[in-house]
Amino acid sequence: MIVARTGNEAMAEAMRQINPDVVAAYPITPATEVVQLFSKFVHDGLVDTEFVPVESEHSACSACVGASASGARVMTSTASQGLALMHEILFIAAGLRLPIAICLVNRSLSSPINIHCDHSDTLASRDAGWLQIYTENAQEAYDTTIQLVKIAEQVLLPGIVSTDAFIISHGMERVELVDDKDVPAFLGERKVNYSLLDVDNPLTLGPLDLQDYFYEHKRSEIDAMDHVLPVIEKVQKEFGEKFGRYYPIVDEYKMDDAEVAILAMGSTGGTAKVAVERMREKGKKVGMIRCRVYRPFPKDAMTTALTKAKVIGILDRSDTLSSLGGHLYNDARSILYDSHTRPILKNYVYGLGGRDISIEEIESIYTELLGIQKSGAVDKDIVYFGVRGE
Amino acid sequence: MAKLKELAAQEEKFVGGHRGCAGCGAAIVARQVLMAAENPVVVGAATGCLEVFSTIYPYSASNVPYIHNAFENVAATMAGVEAAYKALKKKGKIKKDLRFIAFGGDGGTYDIGIQALSGMIERRHRVLYVCYNNEAYMNTGIQRSSATPRGAHTTTSPAGKVVPGKLQLRKNLTEIVIAHEPDYAAQATFGYWNDLVTKVRKALACEGPSFINVYAPCRLGWAYAPEKTVKVSKMSVETCIWPLYEYQDGKYRITVKPKEKKPITEFLSMQGRFGHLFKWKDDVPIREYQAEVDFIWERLLKRSET
Repeated sequence: MIVARTGNEAMAEAMRQINPDVVAAYPITPATEVVQLFSKFVHDGLVDTEFVPVESEHSACSACVGASASGARVMTSTASQGLALMHEILFIAAGLRLPIAICLVNRSLSSPINIHCDHSDTLASRDAGWLQIYTENAQEAYDTTIQLVKIAEQVLLPGIVSTDAFIISHGMERVELVDDKDVPAFLGERKVNYSLLDVDNPLTLGPLDLQDYFYEHKRSEIDAMDHVLPVIEKVQKEFGEKFGRYYPIVDEYKMDDAEVAILAMGSTGGTAKVAVERMREKGKKVGMIRCRVYRPFPKDAMTTALTKAKVIGILDRSDTLSSLGGHLYNDARSILYDSHTRPILKNYVYGLGGRDISIEEIESIYTELLGIQKSGAVDKDIVYFGVRGE
Repeated sequence: MAKLKELAAQEEKFVGGHRGCAGCGAAIVARQVLMAAENPVVVGAATGCLEVFSTIYPYSASNVPYIHNAFENVAATMAGVEAAYKALKKKGKIKKDLRFIAFGGDGGTYDIGIQALSGMIERRHRVLYVCYNNEAYMNTGIQRSSATPRGAHTTTSPAGKVVPGKLQLRKNLTEIVIAHEPDYAAQATFGYWNDLVTKVRKALACEGPSFINVYAPCRLGWAYAPEKTVKVSKMSVETCIWPLYEYQDGKYRITVKPKEKKPITEFLSMQGRFGHLFKWKDDVPIREYQAEVDFIWERLLKRSET
């Protein structure tokens, strides 16, 4: 069925079709709508979900931990400060190997307070042991929400699927929905090996774990993350075969003959694709790489993509506040250390607090990258693009 | 009325061999509360002494399903467990009739966990929340909490040369919980074991949220000899420092009325944490504490009459 939906509506539709056992959530702009729409589904009897309208995001994540440990299929939704408030529990959910899916809307972190898009919220939680998938549009957000539930339950790790605040969350788009009956069929039942509700086989979950065991347990969690990418690929392929839409872990656009390229995440991937087209009309060989799966980091696929071009402009909608630039820039530099071919990198931190980036601006970045290719040198490796006084 | 013989014949749900101190009140609370449960239970514990001494991997003192999440969120965690139970029961995936108990110390309940507790009760989850109240952060080494009484020495309200221990009175959490209109709320202590067991059974029979604030003397933090734990527990009731009462259907009921209300000094003098008060230049801290105890007791008497 083809419908017009915003990103939030599309994610809520996916949640309705997934019909989770438990949703515990708290309102926060710009993700509130997801929770709001889902509550309506609950009160209209369209889902069987136990909806727990908690008193904070900290409690939302805590209740999700309890519910997932009990063998339930569990989801929530949040953004920005909400994810930051969950931060403590994110690590616990992952450490206890509990599948939970968050429909997240990327919004900047205070201070200053702002409700618009950047990726500082999820990137501040990148080391919490959660899968992170950044989407380009409402369709991808919808499809990935369904996929994420299946992936998380297979790898026994929690995960986040995110959209860009307002750009995707509130932008109306054409979205193709899967038939209601096909979603539960695609997901199947959650397989539960250990449940807190199995009173005949009592489980102690979350014990104190000191020097003689902690490290082995942490190592096994790290190992679990090492095995996630093939599962993501398998589920994405299966989704593609069933429903006709496939998204690669690293989304390459016109990279095969690209001389310069940009690397970006989220909705900017879509904007950049149009910029690529316009540059190509002018005869410029440019391409685009979109990091869709950020956790675990797709080292091999990303190295392959990055080494196709001679100059890469890395667009980070976040900064590490470390004088080292944005997150993707640091990741790219790190993985390229082992590579025989190393493209020249330039970091463009952009769009913080929701400042728009236009097709023309991305074209100007391409023009600059082509200049770097020609001269073979970068004047300044980290720039703050689109900010006054720069 | 529970019979001691019957309780003793049960399989232990909270077993020995854990690393609680000799004379630990919290361990007695866990054992007695779980002993009282007649249905299968699932237990949650906030970070704190109980969690630390009973579950050091690969050992566990819990013979029932148990989850520890973090410090401030046992109420929210158990709300999630209960929600999952309801969802899975509706789908026929769970057949048994289970009950849910959350344990938190006073730090995890009065202070850092009060928001999650408030939310759990307001949303009316069928969970019994048991606060094992030893009036300070014992697990981290005896720091003051909002449950710490006037005058008590803790490591963050030390008995100093100028300031004699904690300056403020205790927070009355039981009354804060009652203001939420839970299905059942009570104060108890293990010195009156039958009172505690009866209250746990009443609470678990409720369809909605319930709360029991269990006074749990801590021999280390309160500084008394380990064998005196039960005596200290009983003295808290005899001095009305810890009145045993319950609240259900809008009615207060004092469940154990001391024959003769003893002065609080009889309770204070049993414990090192109040020792400095008896050498202090005036009797202000003791008077203020006694006045608080009298006020609350008198109010309780009036409330339980009507």
